Amino acid sequence: MIPACPLAALPRGEALRIETDPPIAVFHTEDGELYAVDDTCTHQDASLADGWLEGCEVECPLHASRFDLRTGRVDAPPAKLPVRTHQVVVRDETVYVVPSDLPPNLPPGVRTGSA
Amino acid sequence: MKSVAIVGASLAGLSAARALRAQGFGGLLTIVGAEAHRPYDRPPLSKEFLAGRMTTVDLALEGDGEDLDAEWRLGVAATGLEQGRSLRIALADGSAVEADGVVIATGAVARTLGGDLSGVHTLRTIEDAAALRADLDAARRLVVIGAGFIGAEVACVARTLGLDVTIVEAAPAPFARALGPEMGTALAGLHEAHGVRLICGAAVRSLTGEGRVDGVLLEDGRRLDADVVLVGIGARPAVDWLDGSGVKVGDGVVCDTGGATSVPGVVAVGDCAAWFDPALGAHLRVEHWTGAARRPATAAQTLLSGGAAVPDALAPPYLWSDQYGMRVQFAGHTLPGDEVSVEEGDLASRRFLAVYRREGRTVAVLGVDQPRSFTRWRRRVNEPAGAR
Repeated sequence: MIPACPLAALPRGEALRIETDPPIAVFHTEDGELYAVDDTCTHQDASLADGWLEGCEVECPLHASRFDLRTGRVDAPPAKLPVRTHQVVVRDETVYVVPSDLPPNLPPGVRTGSA
Repeated sequence: MKSVAIVGASLAGLSAARALRAQGFGGLLTIVGAEAHRPYDRPPLSKEFLAGRMTTVDLALEGDGEDLDAEWRLGVAATGLEQGRSLRIALADGSAVEADGVVIATGAVARTLGGDLSGVHTLRTIEDAAALRADLDAARRLVVIGAGFIGAEVACVARTLGLDVTIVEAAPAPFARALGPEMGTALAGLHEAHGVRLICGAAVRSLTGEGRVDGVLLEDGRRLDADVVLVGIGARPAVDWLDGSGVKVGDGVVCDTGGATSVPGVVAVGDCAAWFDPALGAHLRVEHWTGAARRPATAAQTLLSGGAAVPDALAPPYLWSDQYGMRVQFAGHTLPGDEVSVEEGDLASRRFLAVYRREGRTVAVLGVDQPRSFTRWRRRVNEPAGAR
C-alpha cells in the first residue's frame, strides 16, 4: 500500500500524480469518489493526472482519449487499450493506493524502469 | 442512403467510417486509399517513429479486431468524381466506385522545392520517414528548410542523433504562421539552446549538388553545407482529382460548418477540407490531427441527414509538438494584431502558458510544458468576451 497524500490535499475535481514506476494518477471526482489508474495514457506518452476530469471519466490532455476511471475502459479513441486501475484506500484521513498486480498497458516507446 | 464511398484512408477517412457506422449507417461502405497501408498515425513520423522509438506496428490506427464492415481499396488513388444518378469515383487502375454519398478525405501533400537531387526529403508518409531516417544515419549535416513544427521536430531528432543542424526560415521568426511572431521567437531560443543554428528572414535561392545535394544557397549569397535537406514548407490539399467534378475548391474543398461541399451528398474532412469557421468568419483549412479525428462525426451526420442535421459547434483547432522533451500545445487560431500575454510561468524558463486575445475574447492558448493549465485554458477559447 503506497501513501499518496492527506485526503485534505486532494480536493474534489483534482488529481495527483504519484511518482511510482510507472507513475499512478489518483483522482477525486466532483461526487467525492476516489480512483487510481496508471498515469500514462495507453496511446502516447501523456500524464492523465494533467487531463480533464468529468464525472468518472478522464480525458487525456494530449489527444482527448477518454477512460472510465472505475474500470479503465476506453470511452473515446485514439487509445485502444484500457488503462490499468488500482485500488484506493482512505485510512486516518490519508489516501493510499494498492498497486495492481496486473501488467500495465503503457504506450509504445514508454517502459518501466525495471522492464 | 444505401452506399457511401470514403476517398482517403488515413485518420480522417477512418474516423468518417467509424462515425458512419456508429451513427447507424448499415449500407455498403467503400474506403479508397492511395497508399497501400492500412490507416496509420502520422504525427509520430517526425517524432517517435523517426527517433526509432515506435515501429510501423505501433502506428496502426485500427484496434485489434476492429471491423467496420467496409470494402477497402488500398494502393489506388482516386482520379475523378462524376455526378450522375449516383456519384462515381474513378480510380487510377481504371476501375470505379459508385455510391450515393461520398466523403472526401484525401488529405494533403508536402510542398516541394522541385528538382530531383537525392538527399532532399519531405515528410508525410511512412516511406518518407524511413528514407529520411536512413539518410540521417549516414549524414553529418542536416539543413531544414522551413521552421514549422515538422521541421523543428526533425531537427530535434537529428540533434539527438548527433547531427549538425541548421534551420532556414523565410519569415522573421519560427512558427510565426501558427503561433505569431512573439511566441515563435520565444520558442526559437529552445532550439538554439540545443545547438541548432536558426537562420530566420532568409529565403532559399537553390539547392546545390550534382546527383546528390551538397548545400543550400540563400538569396543573400550565404551557402550552407548539407548532406541531407528536409523541406518542411507546408502542404497543399490533395484535391487535383476533383477538377471538373463540380465540387468547389479554394484552399481545399470549400465546406460549410457541417462539412457539406457544394455538391449534394458529398462532404469533406481532414487536411483537404476548408470548413467555414464562424469564430473566424471565414473558411479555414485545418491540417491538425484533432480536426481529422473529430470533425468526421459531424460530417457523417451531415451526410446521413441529407444536410438537415444542425452541426455541433466547431472545436477550436488544436496542435501539439514535442521538441527536446518539451511539450508544445496550441489551441485556437491567431491573427496578426492579437494581444498575447503570458499568464503562467515565464518565457525565460520556456515553461509558460500564453493567451491570445482579440477584442477581449480569448482566441487561442499556447502551453509549453504546461499540460494541466493548458487543459483548463483550452476550454475557454472562443467563449464570448466576459464569460469568465
